[in-house]
Amino acid sequence: MTGGPRKRLLLATGSAALAVALAACGSSGPAGAGGGEGGGDAIQVWALQDTVLNPIEQSSVERFSEGDGGDASLETFGNDPYKQRLRVALGSPNAPDVFFNWGGGNLKEYVDAGQVADLTATVEEEGLDEAFIPSVLEAAQLDGKYYGVPMRGVQPVALYYNKAVFEEAGVQPPETYEELLTLVDTFKAQGITPIALAGSQSWTELMWAEYLLDRIGGPEVFQAIRDGEPGAWEDPAVLEAMTRIRELVDRGAFGSDFASVGYDVGGASTLLAQGRAAMHLMGSWEYVNQLGQSPEFVERGDLGYVAFPAVEGGEGDPANVVGNPTNFYSVAESSDAKETAQQFVATALDDEQYVDDLIAAGDVPAVQGVREKLEQADNADYTTWVYDLVEGAPSFQLSWDQDLPAAQATEMLTELQKLFLGDQTPEGFVQAMSS
Amino acid sequence: MASTTSALRRPGSGATDRSRRGRPGGRRPALQGHQPSAWYAVPAFGFFAAFALLPMLLVVYLSFTDWGGFGTPAVSGAGNWSRLVEDPEVRASLLRTLALTVLSWAVQTPIALLIGVWAAGPQRNRAVLSSLFFLPLLLSTAAIALLWQALLDPNFGVLRTLPELLGGGLNPLGDASLAIYAVVFVLTWQYVPFHTLLYQSAARGIPASLYEAATIDGAGRVQQFLTITLPQLRYTVITSSILMLVGSLTTFDTVLILTNGGPGTATRIAPLYMYTTGFSGFEFGYASAIAVLLLVLGAILSLVVTRATGFRDMSSQQEGA
Repeated sequence: MTGGPRKRLLLATGSAALAVALAACGSSGPAGAGGGEGGGDAIQVWALQDTVLNPIEQSSVERFSEGDGGDASLETFGNDPYKQRLRVALGSPNAPDVFFNWGGGNLKEYVDAGQVADLTATVEEEGLDEAFIPSVLEAAQLDGKYYGVPMRGVQPVALYYNKAVFEEAGVQPPETYEELLTLVDTFKAQGITPIALAGSQSWTELMWAEYLLDRIGGPEVFQAIRDGEPGAWEDPAVLEAMTRIRELVDRGAFGSDFASVGYDVGGASTLLAQGRAAMHLMGSWEYVNQLGQSPEFVERGDLGYVAFPAVEGGEGDPANVVGNPTNFYSVAESSDAKETAQQFVATALDDEQYVDDLIAAGDVPAVQGVREKLEQADNADYTTWVYDLVEGAPSFQLSWDQDLPAAQATEMLTELQKLFLGDQTPEGFVQAMSS
Repeated sequence: MASTTSALRRPGSGATDRSRRGRPGGRRPALQGHQPSAWYAVPAFGFFAAFALLPMLLVVYLSFTDWGGFGTPAVSGAGNWSRLVEDPEVRASLLRTLALTVLSWAVQTPIALLIGVWAAGPQRNRAVLSSLFFLPLLLSTAAIALLWQALLDPNFGVLRTLPELLGGGLNPLGDASLAIYAVVFVLTWQYVPFHTLLYQSAARGIPASLYEAATIDGAGRVQQFLTITLPQLRYTVITSSILMLVGSLTTFDTVLILTNGGPGTATRIAPLYMYTTGFSGFEFGYASAIAVLLLVLGAILSLVVTRATGFRDMSSQQEGA
């Protein structure tokens, strides 16, 4: 469920069944079936719908078509319909040549099925391994081979807080987990919900699980679980992370109503902006969201942001981040125009104009050395902070639900929500996931 | 449902009707010798085969495969079916569906019946009020679910403004033990108008002479309702109930948007479990097995209801059928 604009998610799921029915009827656009004419073949590029980013992607596709590499056309889909349609389309005659994805386990399933072209040669020839931030590029790397090239901004998860509320209480944002617990007690005593949590959607709860597991066990635990190593779920770090979640809930960190607070309708963000909650753990899109929903709150300078606190004695580097490293373009193995497609992904985000457009739209591209450009754009304080956070991160763990195979991810989200509700114990969570 | 003439006949006169149907000479001699050819049904059968039978057969086939969405489905034998039997969530989600069905029926039927009979009256203010009652019929399911989600929001919804009245701190969508009642409430709000409409039109078909006779005999309003209205509406009750039962069994969209099965799995009814398994977990084979189970249960349920209530004899109540 992670990735892309959240607000459309709800409606997208509502119409998902219909979309699948329509997809089955096959309304493929100008697919890559066209033979080579002139400079190259026609390629079809699939991406996720986004009102801000789609025009930028469209003009990048047009610039590519104007060159002599070949013709490219862009087709976009809503979040859930896209995931469903891509699955069925890949390997069928209606497959796109270039497709958008989230990297990690999400991409791995396609790679394992032999549906994704190896881009290692292209990446190395074009020097793309130098052009992008390494921890980001890694999310599309499997067994030492590259299967995707970054094409949108980075989306790390950070701890947002209400500066006015913190000032009134005379406290500082937490640097360690112990400090976080103390803050929970402080705010609770003042009748303020310590942490806003949109718990009706389990991906928001997942962010807590991811950061705690990373801080306690480090990226190796995620790696072992993703690789399906036997006993990986029984790692003591998993149990400890889940135990700490229960500790937070029992302490009243998220208040008592979190299970029906939604993110899509602005519930959690509004609680933070109105000062009814002190902190909110969310993806980097929260800033743009707040700017849209509660502009005064951001313009007053009351929206604070810090990295997730360190956990004492944990093995994970406190500089690690979790979230969406970025989104990737990958090439379908079955594409008739693989060379043109590879050419396209190699030049997509490397294009100066494309990077400028993304920055102007408030995105933070995963390209090395764009810090100066960010400094000159709007909201420079925030975007450079995000950029530094990601560039300095030894590990950028992809959202866990995307990083796991779909069936396991779905089960994990269910078990996690039960854990937050108290319907599941930390031990029960581990047991359910390892069986 | 029940036509004016049928209402005049005593209940249980179905046998007479059946005998009339076979009467020599028939009631419609003009049609004799012009029986419609069976070929007329070919387009309908074609559509039924293409859009109902074929997908059903495909789902049955898929339920014997492991299919993640890409490539060719790999036949896995009865693997999905043995998993179905062992999966505690299947039983739990079916029980939730059952609870939802029974609760919906028990809550909606009396409300729809009473409003429907009341709205069938002649006064003008009823027409105005009735059209207000039917308002939810005009809204799409997604709009209704989103509306109630916003209204029931613990921080920004109406419950926050009336906490004292409702015992305080009520959070129906976030409380695992209350969520199912919240769903029943929203479904009731959504579907009562439709069933009210059924009862209204049926109640209007009851001849006034019956009430006049009852009034002369000295029967009160309650007695009239119990002895005339209710028996006359029995086929409507059956129709409405079947629609509710089968509808509840396949209820999906409202729950998906309102709670998405949550909190936790508190409202994860069987169709939602099927959807999550198929379109989030991409286990299309297993999801198909759940779908087949639902299909069979739905068919059995409607057969049982039809048999138990004698619903299939209904057509014989109609004059000339």
